[in-house]
Amino acid sequence: MADEGMTPWKDLALGCAGTEPGSSRRFNTGDWRSRRYPVTDRETCIKCGLCWIICPDMAYSPDPKDEGYYTWDGYYCKGCGICIEECPKDAISWKEEKEEDKYGPACGA
Amino acid sequence: MGRRVGLEVSLACAEAVGLCNADVVAAYPITPQTHIVEHLSEMVADGRLDAEFVPVESEHSAMSCCVGSSAAGARTFTSTSSQGLALMHEILFIAASLRMPIVMATANRSLSGPISIWNDHSDIMAERDIGWIQTFAENGQEVVDLTMHAFKVAEDKRVCLPVAVNLDGFILTHVIEPIEMPDQEEVDAYLPPFEPSQSLDPAKPISMGIVGMPEIYTEAKKANMVALEESYEVIKEHWDGLAKQFGRTYKPIESYRTDDAEVLFVTMGSLGETVMTAVDQMRDDGIKVGQVRIRLWRPFPLDDFMEAIAGAKTLIVIDRALCPGIPAGPVATELRGMMYAKGAKQYVANFVCGLGGRDVTRSQFVEMVQEAQKAAANGEEMTCRMVGVKE
Repeated sequence: MADEGMTPWKDLALGCAGTEPGSSRRFNTGDWRSRRYPVTDRETCIKCGLCWIICPDMAYSPDPKDEGYYTWDGYYCKGCGICIEECPKDAISWKEEKEEDKYGPACGA
Repeated sequence: MGRRVGLEVSLACAEAVGLCNADVVAAYPITPQTHIVEHLSEMVADGRLDAEFVPVESEHSAMSCCVGSSAAGARTFTSTSSQGLALMHEILFIAASLRMPIVMATANRSLSGPISIWNDHSDIMAERDIGWIQTFAENGQEVVDLTMHAFKVAEDKRVCLPVAVNLDGFILTHVIEPIEMPDQEEVDAYLPPFEPSQSLDPAKPISMGIVGMPEIYTEAKKANMVALEESYEVIKEHWDGLAKQFGRTYKPIESYRTDDAEVLFVTMGSLGETVMTAVDQMRDDGIKVGQVRIRLWRPFPLDDFMEAIAGAKTLIVIDRALCPGIPAGPVATELRGMMYAKGAKQYVANFVCGLGGRDVTRSQFVEMVQEAQKAAANGEEMTCRMVGVKE
């Protein structure tokens, strides 16, 4: 069905209000990415956390397994490249993306 | 019982808002709306009205503030005119789509340019599709009544939509008229305290104004469309309630001397009263002419309108604004579209008059009837004429 998952108009809350807090967490902005995704070279990374701070979609988060580093979440990354542009050590670079690894090697979704 | 007083219509409007116990008034002054908000500001400053008066820096902010206060559950009022209404434009859609029961008095005035502070309907005609309920007053009493009615309808849980009460700038706003001002007890009996259907409440968090992706935008707009259409019955119901409480009757479409009329004027706003005197004069001369007044502009009461014009052969639609690039004014354009879709056969003559404060006299309406009858009899193409243009 083409309309699978869609909400009938009569079921919408008044004024299309969002009645479930945090529902945007489910929103797959990673779907907007095309062709490439950012990859961090941990040899070069100095753990400054700038990628985590400036990412507009909170695609980076502290790595629970390796303190100081940050993991990347392809479910949210739109592929804007701001992290690549801003990384002071040029530790992040583009990698070509194939359909099978759409959510990348470090996808946390 | 209320009192019959001589009062400037703007002040009467403000007093009506006070009787309705508005919680928040956010407005920016603009001629000819100024006296309405000036008086409300005084009422708040004097402690006569327990409300928050927010003197915002623009009309865009005024409507934004209204959306916020209405979302927080406050009975909210604003008023504007012309360029101010135009500056509110984008927020007007948001107020309706978020289902905010804001009430706004629109002191109708022309849009620039050239700069004009005087009356016509070009401001509100540019806002036809904002999704608000829109009513038109012809005199000061109607402004008071329609203001009370606006809160009653807007806040009804079956409606939850903003309402714009249109009153002609200067012709109404700056004129002192005899008005029956109701008592507080009477208004309280008609309009209970505001109980928002949905508000920003930390105990029950919701998000208002969220993104509507392509998967949901169409459904959201459908819900808005249906809400506006279905407000029609509630609007009528609360006019009936107003008649019971205050003894004055209002209808979505009002008729004057339409029995056996061959020619009908279609009017909105204060010019309708001049047309009534023209109709009286022509009836005295044996001309079968009447008048249909559009009280409710949105949602448009098409069935009532079709019923009101059923017996007529020719309509004279008075427009107080232009549709540049289209060979008719906004009201005639809409009416022709709706009427002929319903299979109507009437000849619709369209006259644009009273632009930017230009007076329209009784004799000009008489001439319109002669012109329309002649055009209809000759089977002429239906056109639109700008009345009184100096060549």
